[in-house]
Amino acid sequence: MSATAAPAAVKPMISIDSISKWYGPVQVLKDCTTQVTKGEVVVVCGPSGSGKSTLIKTVNALEPIQKGSITVDGIGVQAKGTNLPKLRSRVGMVFQHFELFPHLSITDNLTLGQRKVLGRSNEDARTRGLKLLDRVGLSAHAHKYPGQLSGGQQQRVAIARALSMDPIVMLFDEPTSALDPEMVGEVLDVMVNLAREGMTMMVVTHEMGFARKVANRVVFMDRGEIVEDATKDDFFDKPRSDRAQTFLSKILAH
Amino acid sequence: MFSDFDLKVILSSLPYLFGTGMVFTLTLTALAASGGIVIGTLLALMRLSGIAVLAWPAKAYVNVMRSLPLVLVIFWFYFLVPYMGQWLTGASAPISVGAFTSALVTFTLFEAAYFSEIMRAGIQAIPKGQTAAAQAIGLNYRQTMATVVLPQAFRNMLPLLLTQTIVLFQDTSLVYVISLTDFLGAASKVAQRDGRLVEMYLFAAVIYLLICIVASTLVRRLQRRIAIIR
Ligand SMILES: Nc1ncnc2c1ncn2[C@@H]1O[C@H](COP(=O)(O)OP(=O)(O)OP(=O)(O)O)[C@@H](O)[C@H]1O
Ligand SMILES: [Mg+2]
Repeated sequence: MSATAAPAAVKPMISIDSISKWYGPVQVLKDCTTQVTKGEVVVVCGPSGSGKSTLIKTVNALEPIQKGSITVDGIGVQAKGTNLPKLRSRVGMVFQHFELFPHLSITDNLTLGQRKVLGRSNEDARTRGLKLLDRVGLSAHAHKYPGQLSGGQQQRVAIARALSMDPIVMLFDEPTSALDPEMVGEVLDVMVNLAREGMTMMVVTHEMGFARKVANRVVFMDRGEIVEDATKDDFFDKPRSDRAQTFLSKILAH
Repeated sequence: MFSDFDLKVILSSLPYLFGTGMVFTLTLTALAASGGIVIGTLLALMRLSGIAVLAWPAKAYVNVMRSLPLVLVIFWFYFLVPYMGQWLTGASAPISVGAFTSALVTFTLFEAAYFSEIMRAGIQAIPKGQTAAAQAIGLNYRQTMATVVLPQAFRNMLPLLLTQTIVLFQDTSLVYVISLTDFLGAASKVAQRDGRLVEMYLFAAVIYLLICIVASTLVRRLQRRIAIIR
């Protein structure tokens, strides 16, 4: 379907292969197939309830699927022998509502996974955590608690937390949609930098400015289906489906 | 009746009332509350596990305990604990454990049912996103519970856990049925010995009242602080 399907030699970082998912009798993902190759930034968009969050959460098995298969860096997400915690630790995820741990200081939020999952020493985890905090411009807040930070700051910490695990790919589920408008920019800046440094990213977002700036491809979903999977330019300039055209005209009208 | 109210009998028995009686009451309360919270949390986790063979026995246990009067449980356990000890240690005969151990086991297991309901509500109130975030950085079930879910549930539920502990503090006076001497028991013994029922029971009531009022006030203050943090 995609005009820029990866050449056979390039192994995809994420490969989603004809997956379907049901909630009871309701099918929320219908035979979805797409890939993300190393270094690629793929933006996923579509109307509310189209299955974007569900799709992205299947990648690290936060949502189970009933059909199809997914691999991350060649490892089967549903395969029996897969060590899920280990696989998840290599896939960074950023949530719409940040989901920092409110009972832990910013520093502890940044070191928890490093210590418990990667077995790093306190010292080591701290040094790396603080370096990442600096990278998102928040070193002054290391000792604070999540509740003391603004939404934009919390989301930047959440990105730093995901990066602290040295992920090979980052997933974002509407990282800016819960933010006040004036805070969207600071979070997008961090994401743009990340993309420019070559991070492989799958991003559910309606920020079309971000998509235009750094996306390689756009996946458009509607009613559980991947309706369009195109290069950024193709998607914005000549969307093929009516549904994508309607969606674009609505969202760009704002 | 109050014309010959005798303060001296109270004063002279203070060392016994507090040194023996109150120490017993507080020790039993503290130990049973700690043990009850630990076991109650495990019961709550079993019940929320989604695994029928774990959830069902936990649910049955909690419901049975909560429908029995405490006095009855104390009696039963007094006879049963030696057999439980035998079963646990594989000894050849029932183990004699003494009334205190028996009472401690009873209160711990009885309160566990109530603490488990509190912890269950606390765990369920933690947003699903917190669990997802913990899993997303690679924490396994045990780590997710131990470092993310339970600390928050415990903190949020602390006022309720403490309120339940105050109830437990009052309930420990029931140990008189197996001839143990708690604070009330001590007061009662002095009352019988010296024929000073009014003085001693009035004094005991005042002490229980004071302790519970102070404790409840502190819990309420704590509750306000937790509300601010959240
Ligand atoms: N736990 C659930 N039980 C039943 N149905 C669910 C559940 N979670 C999601 N759904 C349904 O699955 C569909 C896809 O939901 P999903 O959250 O993936 O959509 P989305 O594209 O992310 O929407 P939004 O833009 O609102 O975030 C929706 O119709 C939703 O109602
Ligand atoms: Mg969503």
